[in-house]
Amino acid sequence: MNLLIFLIPIALFLGFLGLAAFLWSLKTGQFDDPEGAAQRILQNDD
Amino acid sequence: MTCCTVNVPKQPIEADTSRFRKYETFLHAGHENPDHTIRYVISVPGIHCGVCIAAIENGLEHKHGIVSARVNLTLKRLNLQIDDTADLTDILSTVEDLGFDVYPIDMGDLAELETERQSTQLLKAMAVAGFASMNIMLLSVSVWSGAENSTKDLFHIISAIIAVPVVIYSGQAFYRSAFGALKAGRLNMDVPISLAVLLALGMSIFETMSGGAEAYFDAATMLLFFLLIGRYLDQKMREKARNSVIALSNLAAKGANLVMPDGGLSYIPADEIEPDMLLRLRPGDRVPADGVITSGTTEFDRSLVTGESDPLEGKIGQSIEAGALNLTGVIDLKVRKSSDESFLAEIGRMLEAAEQGRGHYTRIADRMARIYAPAVHLLALITFMFWLWTTNGDWHTSLTIAIAVLIITCPCALGLAVPVAHVVAASRLMKEGILMRDGGALERLAEIRSAAFDKTGTLTTGTPSVTEMASMNDEQISILSSLAQGSNHPAARAVAAHLSNCKTKPLDVLNEVPGYGIEGVWKTRRVRLGRASWAAEIAGKISSDKISGLVFAIEGQQPAYIQLSEKIRKGSRDAIAQLSSLNIPSEILSGDASQKVADVAHNIGVEKYSAEQLPNDKFNYMNQREKDGNHTLMVGDGINDAPALAAAHVSMAPATAADVGRHAADFIFTRSSLSAVPFAFQMARRTQTVIKQNFGLALTYNMIAVPLAFAGYVTPLFAAIAMSASSILVVANAMRLQSGVKKPISTGKKTKQSQSYQGERVPV
Repeated sequence: MNLLIFLIPIALFLGFLGLAAFLWSLKTGQFDDPEGAAQRILQNDD
Repeated sequence: MTCCTVNVPKQPIEADTSRFRKYETFLHAGHENPDHTIRYVISVPGIHCGVCIAAIENGLEHKHGIVSARVNLTLKRLNLQIDDTADLTDILSTVEDLGFDVYPIDMGDLAELETERQSTQLLKAMAVAGFASMNIMLLSVSVWSGAENSTKDLFHIISAIIAVPVVIYSGQAFYRSAFGALKAGRLNMDVPISLAVLLALGMSIFETMSGGAEAYFDAATMLLFFLLIGRYLDQKMREKARNSVIALSNLAAKGANLVMPDGGLSYIPADEIEPDMLLRLRPGDRVPADGVITSGTTEFDRSLVTGESDPLEGKIGQSIEAGALNLTGVIDLKVRKSSDESFLAEIGRMLEAAEQGRGHYTRIADRMARIYAPAVHLLALITFMFWLWTTNGDWHTSLTIAIAVLIITCPCALGLAVPVAHVVAASRLMKEGILMRDGGALERLAEIRSAAFDKTGTLTTGTPSVTEMASMNDEQISILSSLAQGSNHPAARAVAAHLSNCKTKPLDVLNEVPGYGIEGVWKTRRVRLGRASWAAEIAGKISSDKISGLVFAIEGQQPAYIQLSEKIRKGSRDAIAQLSSLNIPSEILSGDASQKVADVAHNIGVEKYSAEQLPNDKFNYMNQREKDGNHTLMVGDGINDAPALAAAHVSMAPATAADVGRHAADFIFTRSSLSAVPFAFQMARRTQTVIKQNFGLALTYNMIAVPLAFAGYVTPLFAAIAMSASSILVVANAMRLQSGVKKPISTGKKTKQSQSYQGERVPV
């Protein structure tokens, strides 16, 4: 049972990390152009 | 087409000046950043794939002064940031030379930024609620599967710590809307939603503090998560439609050439035009403001203004409304003094009156809420009283059960039932080239009992075509073809298009005589194409019954008569037939002359029509219809239709419509065929059916869940399963709209016909 002391904070921390990553990507405009992002990955940038 | 090119020197110059004028409107659309760079948002409708992105971005890479240039494929826009060393004209012409048209988007449009901010806000709230509900669910599952005593209490406390800030943050949109409704003395769906979420949270906190067995933290956050998905999709759909409408309205550069006191010209944007200004209009310009002609003669195409398909002659002293198209001559126009008396101001007043009248429509979800909300609140009260009575005053148990009833009846499925159906329908419509302004329009479209159509530009394409031509030899035909290509007049264009496969002869002189026609010289002989009486001056007489049409004459030879007619829009006849098979009778409301309206009506199979209708007549007619409860769909494109479009129960406009008409319409169809009208109507009816089914599903769910809740058997586990199951069910049902809809009747054969200018026609 004592394991829970570690496991719950770890689980919450990981979940929070995911949320923070999503909000960050939203703020930096990575969701502004989903279709463009899908096409850009196919381009040769050389 | 290439065989018919005539050397007409004025066209390339025209193209160049119009390009220059267009770039000037960009200068007003820039937005200066704090670091002195200037940001432009440019609509580029031609972007459609990854190759276009690379082409534009690589093409601009080495331009001087560009801080950043990034293409947005989703919105079909170019975000451009430049410093003051950059040459905007050079940048824009580079993009145009790559084959993409560019149109400015005014960054001053704050309304657009506002809706964008709202949807981002909703997305954030949704992410936070999703995070919270999943983590709380993790803890709740442990409790349900047997965690006891201190472990259970600890899990409840952790859940509470996550849930409280999340419910406060993510639920704001609902609380605000519910509060607004209550303040105005109304009830909407957000009232029971807010109440259920807040009560669930409050009761769970109390249970946690007192070490109770059941907490509904997971229910509260999950409800918010599901409802925010529906809310976000709805907002996103409206935003997408708005963006498409904005892109359409920027398709033309708006402005005019101001005649300066010294005789020079200076380009000014349309919103800086003031009374008494003198404007110069060239052929192909639209009249930017009501005014009086002070010099020059020309012809005007007023089809967007009044619905008349015949050009109007413009002489000195003649007044002309904004929106008319200058066809043949260069004129100076003095802007009329009082803008209150202008045609546009009158249209504006009618539009305003119509907007006020329209506020009365209540959307189906709100109508449901008016019955549903009091019913569940009453039910919760009865539950509380009942348990208070049976348990002899145990208010804690009674309150717990009453709150459980409220949570289980929280209209989660109802909140999703309508927006998801609307979003799926909207994306289906968009695939067929139909843009929808908001979900309410779809509900109104399903209620119509009749349809009214404008004629010019809606049932017809607004451009004439040749139906009959006297027989001529090859030489005559090639002269006629060259002559016709020298003019921008719709009649001459129709002739040029009709003869696009033939040879041309170079003509020595080409001179447009405004109001009459076009004249040229071929081997010392004069040739004319235009008004019958004028063309016949140089040739023999023509029979008196043909004086109304177009005549081609070579000096000294017998004149040739050419019959023109309005071209019926593709799919018109099918659309009318389809509507009548769905029990929707159609009629025509036109500003054009009686005979022409009758011909078109006869041709496409409409029995009821009225001609020579003023904007005010159409507006009053629609108002009367609405008052009688005879809900009518109005389809129109002109400025004269705008008040009727706004007054009608629901309205549609083609993408080619005048700006004011497009803004007044609920639906805009971007493809040329009129089959969009019956398709949208059928889609609206299907959506309405699905919404009703969804309400039925939600009601069935309540009929099963409410007695259990009333009896006190509802546990948090049961609530979680029941709520997610009913939500998934309504979403799955709405998804059915995506497929299985009848495609609009294919008119493949007719498409081919109209391409070769052999389509259905009626005589002019």
